[in-house]
Amino acid sequence: MSGLSPGTLAEALEARAAHPEAVPIAGGTDLMVAVNFGRLRPESLLDLSGVAELSAWERRNGALRIGAGATFARIASDLGEFPPLVQAARTVGSPQIRNRATIGGNLATASPAGDALPVLAAYGGDVLLASVRGERRLRWDEFLLGPKRSALAEDELIVGVEWPLVDGPGSFAKVGTRNAMVIAIASVSLQLDTKARKVRLALGSVAPTVVRAPEAESFASDALDWDDPERPLPATTLHEFGAFAAAAAHPIDDVRGSAAYRRHAVDVLARRALAWAVDDRRAA
Amino acid sequence: MTITTTVNGVERTVDVPPATSLLTLLRDELGLTGSKNACEQGECGSCSVWLDGELVCACLVAAVQADGRAVRTVEDLGQPDRLHTVQDAFVATGAVQCGFCTPGFVVAVADLLERDPHPSDETIREALAGNLCRCTGYSKIVAAVHLAAETAA
Repeated sequence: MSGLSPGTLAEALEARAAHPEAVPIAGGTDLMVAVNFGRLRPESLLDLSGVAELSAWERRNGALRIGAGATFARIASDLGEFPPLVQAARTVGSPQIRNRATIGGNLATASPAGDALPVLAAYGGDVLLASVRGERRLRWDEFLLGPKRSALAEDELIVGVEWPLVDGPGSFAKVGTRNAMVIAIASVSLQLDTKARKVRLALGSVAPTVVRAPEAESFASDALDWDDPERPLPATTLHEFGAFAAAAAHPIDDVRGSAAYRRHAVDVLARRALAWAVDDRRAA
Repeated sequence: MTITTTVNGVERTVDVPPATSLLTLLRDELGLTGSKNACEQGECGSCSVWLDGELVCACLVAAVQADGRAVRTVEDLGQPDRLHTVQDAFVATGAVQCGFCTPGFVVAVADLLERDPHPSDETIREALAGNLCRCTGYSKIVAAVHLAAETAA
């Protein structure tokens, strides 16, 4: 049985290939809910929480790479130089949940409401996968295919995420019924790339997967004065940006909120995010 | 499968079905019923325990994940005749009504005070966001945290 509590990634990949019936588990904060409610009855579990390699992160060749096993508590405390990521990590569940839940688990669950996913999308990040057959790398939108659907193959494990380091302010914000333990009704992550002179905006919980808002992005990228950070954005520009962002949402009515409310929330959140980014750039 | 875990300082070897939760292991196999079973989805915090020193919901940890690790539960904090500082403070401020959420709160508060001996109201509310109480309205729980912090100082 020890093979199903591997200590190294190599052992974990071998166990994954040899025991396709074993369900991978890391923090367990999504998986155990399904088990406790009888929606999932695994014959066995492949416990990844002892694989130290999976919880490391590093900056290398102009990119940040975060292991799939990094918990949101550690991301929030240790990766302060990436404000959107930290803001997203701090909104996940509660302290008890953040001590266990991992960024890899957000990807494995592939919910459009996964808090780290809009950040990954705004950074234009890749998902790193591995199996005994080798490694592969998928762009975030090649990996996330639909609600709770991803491109993860049967013998693969999620190893981590990676995105290029970007210069410029950014943020994550979400709307929910209270300040903690909330599944996002709508969320946005915005990132300014001052070198490429681009604004990137990703939306969560308002479409079958996390989505980018390309029209809002090109509108804001053209509207910002990249040479003069002191120049404020007119309110009309912010409103147009919000409208473009809301148009990129394809929400549904569900128990957490109506489609109309979600579109409105995206409009407001996107406007705020851009205004914050302009302020942060001026203050920098 | 057989796992060996240290619970409140005592090594225990138990046989559990593959997807049993740590909470079921504690309550049904080891008879430690201080950790409560309520929502089973990490919402209520009434099963809060420490796993290798980290505050977790026992309902969301698979028992097999506690193999080779140390679990500490509310039973380790105090005895009926010798309450823990946090338990004393809950009694003194009236932070207990029906009492069902109390063990989880006591563990979460003890965890908070270990990391931050003099937390602000905001810090307290954020640290206890994963614990639900349907009786007290939380004000007396916040008062209990302040009292425990003063007593421990």
